[in-house]
Amino acid sequence: MSETLHDFTVEVPLWRPRVQPIDLAEATPDQLEALKVTPSNTKVSDYVLVLANDVETLKARTPLFNAIMYNRGGLGRSGRELGAVGASVVNRCIYCAAVHASRYNQLTKTEDHMQAVFAEGEAATLPPREQAIYAFAVKLSKTPSEATEADMRALRDAGLNDEEILDLVLSSALFGWANRLMHLLGDPVPRNAEEA
Amino acid sequence: MASDTLSDDDVVLREAAIPADSPVQAALSGRTDILAMTQKAHDAALTPVDPGGLSHALRAALAVRAARLHGEESLAAHYASLMAAAGAEGEVAALAEPATKDFADQRLAAFAAYTDLASLAPKDATEADIAALKAAGIGDADIVRLAELTAFLAYQFRVVAGLKLMQATA
Repeated sequence: MSETLHDFTVEVPLWRPRVQPIDLAEATPDQLEALKVTPSNTKVSDYVLVLANDVETLKARTPLFNAIMYNRGGLGRSGRELGAVGASVVNRCIYCAAVHASRYNQLTKTEDHMQAVFAEGEAATLPPREQAIYAFAVKLSKTPSEATEADMRALRDAGLNDEEILDLVLSSALFGWANRLMHLLGDPVPRNAEEA
Repeated sequence: MASDTLSDDDVVLREAAIPADSPVQAALSGRTDILAMTQKAHDAALTPVDPGGLSHALRAALAVRAARLHGEESLAAHYASLMAAAGAEGEVAALAEPATKDFADQRLAAFAAYTDLASLAPKDATEADIAALKAAGIGDADIVRLAELTAFLAYQFRVVAGLKLMQATA
């Protein structure tokens, strides 16, 4: 069994479940519908097959996830990804951080922001707008939330309007959910080691 | 039901209590689909048609516990009303109090320990924490149900906390 990853990376690892994924051959019609399995689409990740153990929640979660991350208007994609990364750093979800840091890098065509995040963690220093977004996401991700009115004012001072701030609240909060599934129900493992 | 139909009793909207004339309300009107889907996720996590090994009463009791761990007393009251509706009693009802960690039923002790970990310090979770649930006799599907419940709650509490902060600075 390969070594679990403990350090942040932008190289998306594999995910090794700690509980049994459902067997597609024995999936119920409800599960197949939630998994969007069709004769031409039978590739489903272990992660989603694990979540199919609770098909009612999975059916509610998938469209909600897509709406929060991809709905039109409001905060741009990279801002939502930065919120996701802030939560994933607090919750130390190596897999989620890798996926969303690499998407952030693709969207912004930068690497230095994520290098700062991975080097300095929650205390990373970023340009003013990104700093306000990241710091808010980090604080909202604590339990209880440590986000304050001052953090909210910093977002407004950085030029974010209510629509954009709402999308940041939603994307940061959403990763409070996603991190608690991905990080608790499985382990991130290096790609090459698993394939070896 | 269309996915963008709001419930008459939307928990997030009720808890955030945003005034009708607020700019925050205007922002929310552009995200009605997300509010409606959040409520559907609430119903799926708290009162599913197939609850598996986690009764509605047990789910509601764990939700009260998680809300208190998050310092969200008003949401704790909401989940306490679900507990009462589901007829929670005895050790299941005792799950609602975070200070209570010892239970005669080892499954309940494991549910409580996991809820505390997932709520307060998910970063510290390891494979041993999932192994502890299995050792207490909790099956894989119920582990996923428990993980989804605690993870959904972490999301909902933060949405409400964020909306309140938006309103406070609107």
